[in-house]
Amino acid sequence: MNIWIITRITFLEASRRKILWTALLAGAAFLTLFGTGMHYQVKDLQGAKVPPLLRYQIQSTLLQVGFYAIDMLAVIMTVLTSVDTISGEIASSTIHAIATKPQPRWQLLIGKWLGFAGMIAVFVALLFGGVLAIGHWIADVEPHGALQGALLIYLECLLVLTATFLFGTWFSTLTNGVIVLGLHGLAFVGGWLEKIGSVTDSQRLVTVGIISSLLMPSEALWRRASYVMHTAIGRTLDFSPFGAQSAPSMAMVGYAVFYLLVALALALYRFQERDL
Amino acid sequence: MTGEEPLPSPDSLAIETRNLRKEFGSKVAVRGLSLQVRRGEIFGFLGPNGAGKSTSVKMLLGLVKPSAGEAAILGCPAASVEVRRKIGFLPEDFRFYDWLTASELLFLHGRLCGLTPSQLHERVPKYIELVDLTAHQNRRLRGFSKGMLQRIGLAQALIHEPDLIFLDEPTSGLDPMGRRLVRDIIRSQRSRGATVFLNSHLLSEVEITCDTVAFIKQGEVIATRDLHESPAGEVHITIRARNLSPEVLTGLSRWVSSVQCDGEHLRLSTSSKQHLPQILRYLVAGNVEVYEFTPKHVSLEESFLEIMGESQGSE
Repeated sequence: MNIWIITRITFLEASRRKILWTALLAGAAFLTLFGTGMHYQVKDLQGAKVPPLLRYQIQSTLLQVGFYAIDMLAVIMTVLTSVDTISGEIASSTIHAIATKPQPRWQLLIGKWLGFAGMIAVFVALLFGGVLAIGHWIADVEPHGALQGALLIYLECLLVLTATFLFGTWFSTLTNGVIVLGLHGLAFVGGWLEKIGSVTDSQRLVTVGIISSLLMPSEALWRRASYVMHTAIGRTLDFSPFGAQSAPSMAMVGYAVFYLLVALALALYRFQERDL
Repeated sequence: MTGEEPLPSPDSLAIETRNLRKEFGSKVAVRGLSLQVRRGEIFGFLGPNGAGKSTSVKMLLGLVKPSAGEAAILGCPAASVEVRRKIGFLPEDFRFYDWLTASELLFLHGRLCGLTPSQLHERVPKYIELVDLTAHQNRRLRGFSKGMLQRIGLAQALIHEPDLIFLDEPTSGLDPMGRRLVRDIIRSQRSRGATVFLNSHLLSEVEITCDTVAFIKQGEVIATRDLHESPAGEVHITIRARNLSPEVLTGLSRWVSSVQCDGEHLRLSTSSKQHLPQILRYLVAGNVEVYEFTPKHVSLEESFLEIMGESQGSE
């Protein structure tokens, strides 16, 4: 099986071209900034007469800001690092020498997909672990359902990765990037509309949000992750933009998995059938 | 292959295509390619720009799906995984992961071709030396010149010792020494028993390297030539003579492919210079008074221009 050779070479490429290290450096910069912010927040609250529950709530909200930033960073890194991998190699003809080797084409695509999935897993784990550690050591706050939340964020990245692969088998690098980020932007706006709709009791806004989630369920996964990482009381008290008063159901998570599998199957079919 | 020769058996063919056709929308890139390449020969694939050569090669390699027609490689359907184990390919614009070193590139390609670690440790240094890049084996490809990239590309096409090797413009970026090196490697591959399919614009290279050439125009083979049958290529003969009777002219057909007679001036074309003494003896024996007999070797380039038409060739 040449899948693992391609997976390994995808990792090696990210490392040699400094993509992996740059992404990790950006992550480290974010953690430093987040840790500094959390540190000063804790210090300022120590001197103020703030009820313990409110203090905990402020620090929990800050932790949610950290998770939200991880989610954004991970999705953007996923798109930026993988957007050129299929379309770029086709456009430059780099793929010719590889695609004529004795393996079915699907192994090339799956090998690359696994390579990126592995790198994203490392990125999400390090950043998520970093935010958890900062929350624990500096502010003594911990999220509820951290593992479930991390897995949902990772699933969101895999979904975006698969969409990037799918459109990469059809379009040029630039068009691919525009489509995937455009779809994610659509889901982002739709998610906010749904959130606002649920708070203001506007069913039409909620419906618009759900439709946008059906078109691209990435943002719905973040909102589910945010929901599971809040305690029941936290959901009630947190009225910040990072609160989780409402959340997509598990059916939406199931739909996201289905969406991912269909997108991957379509990418494989298109890559198998297209001229290189 | 000429129509007068007996048809080779499928087992003796490295490549066989029948009416292979490729359309991109309304544009026909390859009209109907019917081609036979014998095993163990160096086959030159010639044609002007836009003749469909690259698309034809891509169809044979499975990179492009044919719109119609059939292609068999080494007796199996083209593009099958089984066949790809036995073929090597050097693309025209050899672009590769330039963050790899020369040695890593060969390890990667060898592994993709199914070579074991012990085979790789034996072959990688051997093939790097073959293309004269031992001093650069640990350098990243990013710093390689076009010629060096072509040589390492050639090594990746050969590392698994394939039965059929497709080389697309393998000498275009090379200096004379590099060209000679590649020429020697191509010949050594034939000696090993491999078939080499050479796509090149450098007709002088093709002429001294290939056993057979095919001329392709608008996606169809319009002529093939066995360069061993006429090692020096076609010969044109200009003759000035008297007493040229129609019977004598008819009798020339056993050696010549074309006859043009204009009074005392006669122009003949023959496939080999070996026929020259026989033609001269025949004319003298036929009471023809020969005043001039001037043979002129026709190079592959001249043949190419003649077959393709100069306007097409200069596109």
